[in-house]
Amino acid sequence: MGILEVQNVNKSFGGLKALQNVNLSIEEGTIHAIIGPNGAGKSTLLNCFVGKLIPDTGTVMFDGHSLLGRKPHEINQIGVSRVFQTPEIFADLTVLENVLIPCFAKRDGAFTLNALTRVSGETDVQEKAEQMLIDVSMQDKKDMIASSLSRGDKRRLEMAMCLSQDPKLLLLDEPTAGMARADTNNTIELLAEIQDRRHITMAVIEHDMHVVFSLAQKISVLAQGTVIVEDLPENIKGHPKVQEAYLGVAAS
Amino acid sequence: MNSLSKKDKALLLFVAVMALLAPFLLNPFPTDSAMAQFNAGYPDLMQRFAIFGILAIGFNILFGLTGYLSFGHAAFLGVGSYSAVWMLKLLSMNIIPALILSVIIAGLFSLLIGFISLRRSGIYFSILTLAFAQMSFSLAYSVLTPITNGETGLQLNLNDPRILDATNTTGNLPVTGLFGLEMRNTFTLDLGAWAFQFNVGYYVCAAFLLLAFYLSIRIFRSPFGLMLRAIKTNQTRLNYTGLNSRPYTLAAFVISGMYAGLAGGLMASMDPLAGAERMQWTASGEIVLMTILGGTGTLLGPVLGAGFIKYFENIFSKINETVLHSWFSFMPDGLNDAFVWVLHFFVGKGWHLTLGLLFMLIVTFLPGGLMEGWERIRDKIRGGKGGGKNPPAEATKTPAE
Ligand SMILES: Nc1ncnc2c1ncn2[C@@H]1O[C@H](COP(=O)(O)OP(=O)(O)OP(=O)(O)O)[C@@H](O)[C@H]1O
Ligand SMILES: [Mg+2]
Repeated sequence: MGILEVQNVNKSFGGLKALQNVNLSIEEGTIHAIIGPNGAGKSTLLNCFVGKLIPDTGTVMFDGHSLLGRKPHEINQIGVSRVFQTPEIFADLTVLENVLIPCFAKRDGAFTLNALTRVSGETDVQEKAEQMLIDVSMQDKKDMIASSLSRGDKRRLEMAMCLSQDPKLLLLDEPTAGMARADTNNTIELLAEIQDRRHITMAVIEHDMHVVFSLAQKISVLAQGTVIVEDLPENIKGHPKVQEAYLGVAAS
Repeated sequence: MNSLSKKDKALLLFVAVMALLAPFLLNPFPTDSAMAQFNAGYPDLMQRFAIFGILAIGFNILFGLTGYLSFGHAAFLGVGSYSAVWMLKLLSMNIIPALILSVIIAGLFSLLIGFISLRRSGIYFSILTLAFAQMSFSLAYSVLTPITNGETGLQLNLNDPRILDATNTTGNLPVTGLFGLEMRNTFTLDLGAWAFQFNVGYYVCAAFLLLAFYLSIRIFRSPFGLMLRAIKTNQTRLNYTGLNSRPYTLAAFVISGMYAGLAGGLMASMDPLAGAERMQWTASGEIVLMTILGGTGTLLGPVLGAGFIKYFENIFSKINETVLHSWFSFMPDGLNDAFVWVLHFFVGKGWHLTLGLLFMLIVTFLPGGLMEGWERIRDKIRGGKGGGKNPPAEATKTPAE
């Protein structure tokens, strides 16, 4: 049994079958990559995990809980964090403030409501947030307004926000899109190290095969809403079905 | 005490000094001069500056931090006034019980309205609050006449019980006070051609203004305030961080409702009557204007905006055609008439036109309100060190330098 068990998930938008009988099992403590051509349904699948979409049929179990019908904040409270394809950050706040929010938030969703302490006086939380920024090497940008960051930095910030929550499962939707090569490599290192150190389970959607093969312990290939192959990385590379999916879609 | 940063302490001190010296600062022109009508240093108006300052500070905690634009805050002001007058009628002419009840009742009332209205956001939230406020207005005006005294408004009466006070044998209506200190007491200091007025009621209002301002600084700088600002920028991310924003917006809504209740209570404490028109939508709109004019989301802005609007309301509305004629009497008749004809649209009853034009100019050229104007001037003086460019969003931040 994996920490995340997806069975027979179907989702249609009007006539479009975005997901068809998707089965997926993610082992605890591993990095599981989900790849596939544009429009394959990768983001839609993640949306079904975090309460943004409800599948038409099927089940999604995480750590013994069904995720279906739960609100996004409830799903986060049981340990699922997500980095979005288009960054979802607090654009008007500074980088440090962005990380402070998840640091203030307790696991059960409670937030220090005390309206009369000072943010700058909460040294424990401040330290945790600053350490997180050091981990993603953004400490020099901590006073910048988040909306002025580059796309890659926004994504790194979002990753820092998710990681500071110590999630059990981290969902990453194209974490390195928009990043320069050097930053991509840093991100790979960061994710590998985090997984090594904290054993956070991760599901990574990625188009960059360098990232996929550097990180993934298991790969699922999604095409036109179905999982066509699920296997170890070394078996994916030359797999005829995978090549067909990519080339076939590219040709049409 | 480490509760405020150096900068915030300086700001609080600045407001305190301004409030203390207001009778001087607002009275720059000698009493007999032609300019004397621009003086604002009389008790009635100064009280209003402080009261509407409190109202705007509270409104800003909701609108400035969370971005939820309430169009019904005047309802809480009205509820506060009615509660206060009832306390003055039943219990005592001491304003303390009156103020306590107005804050509590306004708090409960905003809890109810907020609980329902906050199920929606954006324009739907605004419309819901507007609808509730108009409902409250109609109720106060007609159905609830036994409590509100309808059209006439709620007033003091000679045979009110006032169970805590000694029986009134003077045959005059009693006056409001603070443990015997009468609100209407005014000490006039004659200095040469000037007459400065120091009024007890004003200083009581100013003390509450300072308290309100201090609390608002604390809220702005607290984790709760950070959370409210996060609600304004991205609720999606907040949800995916495991937080449900509703309790926090509701808390902000109730806090700002209580501020409005305090303002309403103070109004009734200065002048013990309460009418339904205090709850009308135009009054709610005025609060929005004050906050935007001064600078939404800034600490000081709403107070400035409130002062600005109240000044125009009271000073410009008093200028009439006769006054205009006397100003332009040095001109030949035809020219004089022409000038007066043009200008009379902007003064007296037309002060709204002046205010509207100013509002338009400020919002167009200074989207961050008066505070942005001030910041630009400061940057100019410092020689454009900070780059000079200061987008409105930045004005709401604790400056990084
Ligand atoms: N909310 C929605 N309403 C209608 N159609 C949708 C919706 N979300 C996704 N789709 C459609 O479902 C299909 C799968 O989309 P999805 O975003 O999951 O693809 P993807 O694999 O993430 O692609 P990419 O690599 O481009 O991000 C697409 O055809 C898309 O247009
Ligand atoms: Mg996608």
